[in-house]
Amino acid sequence: MDDLKAKWLGAIGEAADEASLEDLRVQAVGKKGEISLKMRELGKMTPEERQVAGPALNALKDEINTALAAKKTALADAALDERLKTEWLDVTLPGRDRRTGTVHPVSQVWEEVTAIFADMGFAVAEGPQIETDWYNFDALNIPSHHPARAEMDTFYMHRAEGDDRPPHVLRTHTSPVQIRSMEAQGAPIRTISPGRVYRADYDQTHTPMFHQVEGLAIDRDISMANLKWVLEEFFSAYFGTSVKTRFRASHFPFTEPSAEVDIQCSWEGGTVKVGEGDDWLEVLGSGMVHPKVLSAAGVDPAEWQGFAFGMGIDRIAMLKYGIPDLRAFFDSDLRWLRHYGFPALQVPTIRGGV
Amino acid sequence: MKFTLSWLKDHLETDASLDEILETLTDLGLEVEGVENPAEKLKGFTIAKVAAAEKHPDADKLKVCRVDTDEGEKQIVCGAPNAREGITVVLAKPGMYIPGLDITISVGKIRGVESHGMMASERELELSDEHDGIIELPSGEVGQDFADWLAANRPAAVDPVIEIAITPNRPDALGVRGVARDLAARGLGTLKPMPDYDLKVTGGDCPVQVEIAENAKDGCHVFAGRLIRGVKNGPSPDWLQKKLRSIGLRPISALVDVTNLFTHDLNRPLHVFDAAKVSGPMTISRAAGGEAFTGLDEKEYVIPAGTLVISDGNGVESVGGIMGGLSTGCTEETTDVFVEAAFWDYVSIAHGGRALKINSDARYRNERGIDPGFNMEALDRACALIVELCGGEVTDTVVAGEVPDVSRAYKLDTARCSSLVGMDIPAEEQRATLERLGFVMEGDMAHVPSWRPDVLGEADLVEEVARMASLTKLEAKPLARTSAGVPDPILTVMQKREQMARRTAAALGYNECVTYSFIDRTAASLFGGGDDATMVANPISQDMSHMRPDLLPGLLQAAARNQARGQSDLALFEIGATWHGGEPGEQKVQVAGILVGRTGPKDVHGAARSVDLFDAKADAEALLSAIGAPAKVQVLRGGDGWWHPGRHGRICLGPKKTLGVFGELHPKVLAELDVKGPVVGFVLWPEEVPEPRKAGASRGAVVLNDLQVVERDFAFVVDADVEALTLVNAAAGADKAMIEEVRIFDEFIGGALGEGKKSIALTVRIQPQDKTLKDEEIEAIATKVVEKVTKATGGVLRG
Repeated sequence: MDDLKAKWLGAIGEAADEASLEDLRVQAVGKKGEISLKMRELGKMTPEERQVAGPALNALKDEINTALAAKKTALADAALDERLKTEWLDVTLPGRDRRTGTVHPVSQVWEEVTAIFADMGFAVAEGPQIETDWYNFDALNIPSHHPARAEMDTFYMHRAEGDDRPPHVLRTHTSPVQIRSMEAQGAPIRTISPGRVYRADYDQTHTPMFHQVEGLAIDRDISMANLKWVLEEFFSAYFGTSVKTRFRASHFPFTEPSAEVDIQCSWEGGTVKVGEGDDWLEVLGSGMVHPKVLSAAGVDPAEWQGFAFGMGIDRIAMLKYGIPDLRAFFDSDLRWLRHYGFPALQVPTIRGGV
Repeated sequence: MKFTLSWLKDHLETDASLDEILETLTDLGLEVEGVENPAEKLKGFTIAKVAAAEKHPDADKLKVCRVDTDEGEKQIVCGAPNAREGITVVLAKPGMYIPGLDITISVGKIRGVESHGMMASERELELSDEHDGIIELPSGEVGQDFADWLAANRPAAVDPVIEIAITPNRPDALGVRGVARDLAARGLGTLKPMPDYDLKVTGGDCPVQVEIAENAKDGCHVFAGRLIRGVKNGPSPDWLQKKLRSIGLRPISALVDVTNLFTHDLNRPLHVFDAAKVSGPMTISRAAGGEAFTGLDEKEYVIPAGTLVISDGNGVESVGGIMGGLSTGCTEETTDVFVEAAFWDYVSIAHGGRALKINSDARYRNERGIDPGFNMEALDRACALIVELCGGEVTDTVVAGEVPDVSRAYKLDTARCSSLVGMDIPAEEQRATLERLGFVMEGDMAHVPSWRPDVLGEADLVEEVARMASLTKLEAKPLARTSAGVPDPILTVMQKREQMARRTAAALGYNECVTYSFIDRTAASLFGGGDDATMVANPISQDMSHMRPDLLPGLLQAAARNQARGQSDLALFEIGATWHGGEPGEQKVQVAGILVGRTGPKDVHGAARSVDLFDAKADAEALLSAIGAPAKVQVLRGGDGWWHPGRHGRICLGPKKTLGVFGELHPKVLAELDVKGPVVGFVLWPEEVPEPRKAGASRGAVVLNDLQVVERDFAFVVDADVEALTLVNAAAGADKAMIEEVRIFDEFIGGALGEGKKSIALTVRIQPQDKTLKDEEIEAIATKVVEKVTKATGGVLRG
């Protein structure tokens, strides 16, 4: 028995390929194999002999089958290793190209701003970019002779001959949206109005079209102190660092009192850093909504009061992301879009930080 | 508005430093735009004394001086002829920058002798052009700061020039006195009283006749004047010339300089006529229009109808409140001068000035508002000064119209003031603030001073109080949420669609552009726009003359610019408004994208290829899906002319509702816009996508059938112009319950099929519903598919 075992296990161990292994299986444990034939002889034995030889033969058969399976796996593994050795690729070759898109900084900041103000309960209102003279000026307490009209470098739309209405304008600010929102909704109201605005000006920091976001909050007891808080909350969330503001008296026809708002910053090597240092940077105009503006929009100034503010989306984008030239925003230079654009899935959220 | 510190101090008694004054001005709303302080560049220059001066051993013109300085005795070599023992000089130490020489001094050897600094001349310090020798001071202690010495002895040399921006509501601050009044009201000093003046009227009645015509009565409230006979005009005295020069004005003659002084000092424009050149009575009227006029600026104008003018027998002599005329202007030869002080309707001045496009100091002030209460006094003060400078006999005043009564009072609600600003300002302080600004308090009524035309209601009183209290002291107070808890969502359906479309497009590899809303007429016309209704009346350039009718021209122009920079593979998109008319609201939001060139640069895998219409179609569909458009749409032809006629499709819900268009752009359009094509793209109108039905968030149960799916492939030969969708729809209709999907997997045109024929291959995916299908049942469905397709297309199953 031991001879048998040594013979077959030895042969299996030396089998060189799957074919010779199969031959060995047939010769050993196949139907007519040596072990099978031995098992047939069991019938001729005495019960006592059978008692000993039976289990021994069965054990031997199991052992040979296990050895066959193990050898088969080993051979397959060796063959696979051999094949894999030949399957070498230059993994430094580039991956298959995929276009990468970008979101424009103006859009990114639009979403950042709306996310922050939404958290403070401000809705987002939009409106027409070609506006009537009334919505853009008169309703905002800027009568026809007001110097602010001339100072705003307004674009006027063509008027057909015989049409004696004052020409429509390309809105010079998004404030008309505030009037339309109050007309539609009345008070109390909290809304921001982001959008395109137009002024006839062109240099490194002025383009004839740019983007503004204006805010409006009207209720029974909203004060300028609330405005300061809202703006400080906004700027701190927007810049991701605590930002102080400084209010300075100013004048806008549509607010009273009016204030220019500066944010805390430092200047180092020609670059501005917000939220640190002792310098101040003017970023927006604001104030308490003028009673005449409330009246024009159908809100009773004896009952309601509140603040309004307006700032440039492009400007705060330039500040936050260190973009030097406003004109490039609208040039669509692919290199610029790739450099300053944002990944598609970088959606600003309050929980993730804007 | 410019003034010097010393000019300010003519009106303001103050010890405040320059920095304090600057900060306060800005805080008060008189924003400092710039300050030029000559003392800045003199920092570090100190006073020294020459203890001894001896001839340089090796140079005739040089002297070796021993100089007493705050750092002890120094040896300095000097070439100035006046360098000598005993004089008091200005010392520049090594390391200091000399502005007039644009060099920095260092210790050096001059002809072998060490020199530890320099003694400066006036020109070297940019004090004057004087360079004959070094500065010799009549006084001064060794070590004293030279700038301090100048401030005490020659203040004009270090007088800072301050420039502030004046908001339109503050005409009173367009005179130095008004600025001083604001600073005094803030507590930065006291407002000095106006100087006394003494006008002796010795010339009798005024012979000049003035009249305000009926049509100008609403435009000119009062027109007053005095004649001064026998003046001797000439250069004005030194103090006046210096004053005007200090703020960048050119002195002209005494008469003219007096009017300029009043304009800038007291915000009081005046006019002086050469009375000898005025012919007959003067009439103030509204111009009929078309009159020729030569201004004092020597330019020719045609007077617009309705403009307020002053005319005499010779015609228009002056544009009221805006600019005098050349023909009656004062010159050195003027002997009789008519001095005019008028108060004009500021709206008329604004309109007249704008129509004439004249920007004068007079217009600037008259249209913002001068002090009517000061009209007659200003006339008298000006006449007194003219007599003082030029002599002459002053006549009585001639007056047309009358000084308007602008007195008014508003209630000061001190509680509202606090609630609006959010600062606790004691009631008494509020009242005192207003009084310091010239308001007269009577009970809780505040009477407005005549120089404050901007104060027109209670809110203006609040503004004054807040301004004076200083908004820098404002403390932030939290604004409570409108309701407790998680804020409600605020974006509208359209806003969400725009964001989804934007993020999806970027995810598909497009770069977002923001292009101008206005484009040139040619580009606009190519896309159905360019008409007069969408034309900007005053465009900044002809490239920006029309509101864009479509986003594609802007994107195509962007593509052309990028191609010119060597970028040939482009995927650009934009989301924004387009205009189909010039009325508010005649705008629509578009989402548009273009693909140009190849899908990518040439690559090792050979994956890059030219973009085609089906790229644009897939992206358009992906975007529509992202913004919630229904999956089942029709693709129809018949889009606008800027698309390739055979290569575009409209994505529609029924023939009248177009959600978008995709396709190839017309080659002629590309050629016009200088874009190297082909270009494919899409345009979507997110507002056209139907609003989602109001339903819960639930999506219903998913049905996951475990029965084995069967796929069968078919190929049909049809006429080349049969559209693939016809086959798909026909096949799907063969068994709507069982057929889960029909996909086209091959198209083959021509070849062995012959001219005008093509083969379309479909995979039909059959999902058994409640039991496994037997072969015959599958065969039955397949037969039905063939029947339906051949019937719908006239094609045949390919053998």
